[in-house]
Amino acid sequence: MHTYQIVVVVPYVAALVLAAIPGYRVGSIVNVLASGITFAAGLWLIGDERTVGPYAIVDEFNIVFIAINTLVGFTTSIFSASYIGHEIETGRLPTGFVRFYHAMFQAMMGSMNIALVANNIGLIWVGLELATLITVVMVGLYRTPQSIEAAWKYFILASVGISLAFFGTILIYLAGQPALGEGVPAMTWSLLQGAAAKMDPAILDLAFIFLLIGYGTKIGLAPLHAWLPDAHAEGPTPISAVLSGLLLNVALYALLRFKMLIAGQPAALNPGPVMIVMGLVSLIFAAFMLYQRRDIKRLFAYSSIEHMGLMVFAFGMGGPLANFAGLLHMAMHSLTKSGIFFAVGHIAQAKGTQRIAEITGLSDTHPRLAVAFALAVLAISGMPPFGVFASEFLILTTTFAREPWLALLPAFGLLVGFGALLMRLQGTILGVPTGPSHRVDASSVPIVLHLALVLAAGIFLPAILVAWFQRAAELLG
Amino acid sequence: MIRGYEISHLLAGVMLVTSFALLYQERIAAVINTFAAQSVTLALAVAWAAFSQDRSELFITALIALCLKGIVIPVALHRTVVRLGIHREVEKVVGVGIALMVGLALTGLAQALLLKVTQGTASHAREELALALAIILLGFLMMILRRNAVTQVVGFMSMENGLILAATGARGMPLVVEVSVAFSVLIALFVFAVFVFRIRERFDTIDIEALDRMRGDAR
Repeated sequence: MHTYQIVVVVPYVAALVLAAIPGYRVGSIVNVLASGITFAAGLWLIGDERTVGPYAIVDEFNIVFIAINTLVGFTTSIFSASYIGHEIETGRLPTGFVRFYHAMFQAMMGSMNIALVANNIGLIWVGLELATLITVVMVGLYRTPQSIEAAWKYFILASVGISLAFFGTILIYLAGQPALGEGVPAMTWSLLQGAAAKMDPAILDLAFIFLLIGYGTKIGLAPLHAWLPDAHAEGPTPISAVLSGLLLNVALYALLRFKMLIAGQPAALNPGPVMIVMGLVSLIFAAFMLYQRRDIKRLFAYSSIEHMGLMVFAFGMGGPLANFAGLLHMAMHSLTKSGIFFAVGHIAQAKGTQRIAEITGLSDTHPRLAVAFALAVLAISGMPPFGVFASEFLILTTTFAREPWLALLPAFGLLVGFGALLMRLQGTILGVPTGPSHRVDASSVPIVLHLALVLAAGIFLPAILVAWFQRAAELLG
Repeated sequence: MIRGYEISHLLAGVMLVTSFALLYQERIAAVINTFAAQSVTLALAVAWAAFSQDRSELFITALIALCLKGIVIPVALHRTVVRLGIHREVEKVVGVGIALMVGLALTGLAQALLLKVTQGTASHAREELALALAIILLGFLMMILRRNAVTQVVGFMSMENGLILAATGARGMPLVVEVSVAFSVLIALFVFAVFVFRIRERFDTIDIEALDRMRGDAR
């Protein structure tokens, strides 16, 4: 039995077990334990041998994603234990929903891991769609009119994405069929990549457009992003953290796998420029949208669109250095943004609201939370010495070295976003405290851990980690 | 002598016609019946593909399409509609004429695009794929033009019908994927059903228009 099987099987077994545990306390402990085991397996996978089978693949590229996925899944389960406990105490969440919530959380993690280890383009699709449908249900968990509208919008747009991506997958199969024959081989990613040079470039072009729009909807690229802020704002905060930190990455992963495939056929269209344009549009659009936000979770949802745009831009530029920077930025963004959502979850519980105008003066009422939140916001807005600064700097400098004029656009977008975050959030941290304020006794381990990792990566990136990311970046081409 | 692919084209064509019919139906009950007819045609098309390509595993896909989308789901939707008391006319965004013209343009686009791009492909899959793409696009159009939760469900499932047609048109595509498509439809229906009931519970209407009032931000 290979370790990747543990990464997939453990969450699903845990989901079955959790579906049978009615109590909140035992349920959350089992949830943390299962996520911990998955994380341990994910770490073990890094040192394990690489393997390519008919249905599964473990290579330098996807272990980066699996490691981040299982790590953030683990810390989110710790955060979720105290968060959901508070939601039950205040009566926002009926006790009967806890069993459902925990089972769905694990099933979602398992489905994302399926998409990440799959070597079959159909299986990647299935994993991503299962994870998406589960998050749709989770977003509607509170059953308020707003959360139902958010879930509905998410579902409609996601199903559009589902269909387009699936049609793209069929076209890839059709392109691979003449070279690889009928059946499973023409769906196997590693074989398809090897035979890419023999495929019909016209079909590959069309397929990539469908896949870009389909999976791009899931990445949250503008103008297909409409579901993302609503889904982040109305669902439970642990789900917002997992959505921003993980699900967007998995969609990006799927798109990158297909980019690698198309790159094997020189006569097909170059995905680079298309991705650069879509990335830049998302980045700059989201940066401006930040100024008008009144809901704190919506604000950070737009910030996620901004950063996903930057990543797509970096991968669109391509080449070992830009890919390295893009992968690093993805890791840093996942850690920082899920950390921010942990803090925001506690803040929203402390103040009983998500409206930015009503959250004021946290430094007076909740000093420890305020410090953690302030540091996380500084990190995500790209301040040194945090890791996000390092990855953004690297993206901008590699772009500048190759296309000096093009580097101005992402730099402009990042500056606009930086200003917006500072302007909107100054009052929440400093300001004069108003309104109700409750005590929050939640575990600060997840936030501190995430911030420490991001800080450590910003100050000193170990050579092993650099070499690992470089190998992954080279595979991306 | 009628050749095999002509029958599959005929069935795909019938599905396309039902897609157009979905665009102009006035009553919800008629929309559901038309969808059922489309699903039964899909089941026939898949069964014919199973027979003519000698791939017995496709019969399972045909059976799923027939039982689930041809019978179970339409019956369930009929009951929902009766229980909610909404078997009146469906509000549409634009008139029938415009809807049909747009549908015609989308069909033309699908044919022109796919037949041009897939010129190198030897099989007859390309015509079927072009018809399937047209059905998918018409499903989208229906989801956009109908402002009602039940008709949006039907639009979505009609789109999935197009996807399954495309998957069977591509010769030898493994069953794994088709089963999962059926599976995803099942989950989708589950999700939709839950929402339809919750929307009813909260708003006393399943008109999507009512949802648009609930904006969390910026307004």
